[in-house]
Amino acid sequence: MYQYDQYDQAMVDARVEEFRDQAQRRLDGKLTEDQFKPLRLMNGLYLQLHAYMLRVAIPYGTLNSRQMTALGDIADKYDRGYGHFTTRQNLQYNWIKLEDAADILADLSKVEMHAIQTSGNCIRNISSDHFAGAAHDELIDPRPYAELLRQWSSFHPEFTYLPRKFKIAVIAAETDRAAMRLHDIGIQIVKNEAGEVGASFYVGGGMGRTPMIAPQIREFVPLDQLVTYAEACLRVYNRYGRRDNKYKARIKILVHEMGAEEYTRQVEEEFAHLLEQGVEPPLAELERIKPFFADPAFEDGPKSIDRSDPDFALWVDRNTVRHKHDSYVSAVISLKPVGGIPGDATGDQMRLMAKLAKQYSFDELRVMHTQNIVLPHVKIADLHALWTELEAADLGAPNLDTIEDIIACPGLDYCALANARSIPLAQRISENFAKNGRTEELGQLKLKISGCINACGHHHAGHIGILGVDKKGTENYQLSLGGSEAEDVSLAKITGPGFDEDGVIKAVETVTDVYLETREDGERFLDTYRRIGMTPFKEALYDK
Amino acid sequence: MNILTGNDLKTGEVVWWDGQNWSLSVHDAVDVGDMGEQILAAEEAARRVNVPYALVASRTEEGVRPAHIKDRVRALGPTVRRDLAVPTASKTGWDWVI
Repeated sequence: MYQYDQYDQAMVDARVEEFRDQAQRRLDGKLTEDQFKPLRLMNGLYLQLHAYMLRVAIPYGTLNSRQMTALGDIADKYDRGYGHFTTRQNLQYNWIKLEDAADILADLSKVEMHAIQTSGNCIRNISSDHFAGAAHDELIDPRPYAELLRQWSSFHPEFTYLPRKFKIAVIAAETDRAAMRLHDIGIQIVKNEAGEVGASFYVGGGMGRTPMIAPQIREFVPLDQLVTYAEACLRVYNRYGRRDNKYKARIKILVHEMGAEEYTRQVEEEFAHLLEQGVEPPLAELERIKPFFADPAFEDGPKSIDRSDPDFALWVDRNTVRHKHDSYVSAVISLKPVGGIPGDATGDQMRLMAKLAKQYSFDELRVMHTQNIVLPHVKIADLHALWTELEAADLGAPNLDTIEDIIACPGLDYCALANARSIPLAQRISENFAKNGRTEELGQLKLKISGCINACGHHHAGHIGILGVDKKGTENYQLSLGGSEAEDVSLAKITGPGFDEDGVIKAVETVTDVYLETREDGERFLDTYRRIGMTPFKEALYDK
Repeated sequence: MNILTGNDLKTGEVVWWDGQNWSLSVHDAVDVGDMGEQILAAEEAARRVNVPYALVASRTEEGVRPAHIKDRVRALGPTVRRDLAVPTASKTGWDWVI
């Protein structure tokens, strides 16, 4: 994986010292909160319900064991012994003291990490396919391009004060594992008819209060013009994006109101202008980056698995994914134990995952946007030993992509913006389905819960989505069906009137009953919904 | 009753105005009547609290109960991590939040 050069390290170290001074001036009363807030947010430090929260960037979700160990150590030293992996492939600490914040950033810098641009109206952490470099179906490894974009977007002076925050995802497979079309810019690396590799650009997607699927605005951009095209997309947004109303300031609103055709015309005009100016990073920089993402030294080994232990066999079936080398798999470590808090990991668990990555996965880990962790390159021969250690640490839940593998934002238990709690719903639903034994029968079923309209829990993209709202001071939950963030992307539709907590948990059971009663061979929940439509689900939910 | 809350500047902990100082327990909160804005301005200027605001609460047998669920969660801690509850507020049951 990428390693900082002297410029990266110097920039991050300088930023730590700059923030140390800013925080001290706030503590000394030389800065007001109004003056300090934009400075702390530029360094990922929020003030949430119970304390300061620090969001740490994990570029395209890739970590090495040294970094994961440091994250665990920070959780123990400065927080309350745990951290929360997010739907943006980042990590959040919930209980940070302002007086410790600069020390934490300094500890992060020692392992080539930071919290820069994890907040504010700038280009945020670049996200990518969590199986990048390991996936059997990818065209190329997208991470060198994600890294190039990370470097381009870090401290980019023109894009530090955009109309609103800006999120970019890069993938290189037909299977979309990064919710690419629900980003401000989604980039898919593709091959054209001439066999050349380039990038398709999708612009203006997003979730939040106005969910939109990004339209494709350019089918093919040569890879040596990728950054220039991204810059053109940003420039048009920066020029015309609304700054008068934060709820209409995202690029999706601009593309929608201007029209994709006119937006594209303006981008193309800007692109032509930028090509003349030569803003593309030199090819030598990309060539410098690429070797950091070279394949590790894979070895041939056994391809069969001893399935005599049924618990192990179940975990293999559910939590391992085909690798591009047939003696390896990618193993998913579920952070969704039954009744647990989605995405939370203790300091001990983080250090254990780091140790296992070093031992079994060429020192690499990935954070999934679904709040799980991947060991991307595990020898099939090592799987049982790996699983045994995971089981002992409550990290062996066999539930990838099942109804127990729920995305949930922190919700009202932690978040100052939330209207309702999300985590307790996830806990109760996973407990219900683990208890009634229907998880296996339901197959792939993606349930996503957000505690407010900002949709950090991706409820718009859930096969089943739940949105918490405030109804006269009490929690209420809207149920929606039919969303997908994958290559068959779609936005979920609301079923009807909302429910209280008990009611929405019952409603989830009801819609799964409808699915089981009406599905045809091989259909996932989403397929059945798309075939039969909303009506049978609504009738079951409301016509009583 | 009208009560005041905010976060401690250094630690970020949730605090409640007890008439003289900022307490970690919601049950120490006092009714400030219509003096809220004046107290908030003075306390924030003195850097004794961060991002303070006034809210409506009621006095019950279990103590002071903020009207909105968000403030009750702030008062007690995350409902999903009861091991991390604010100790001085724990005389209320968790049902108190909902």
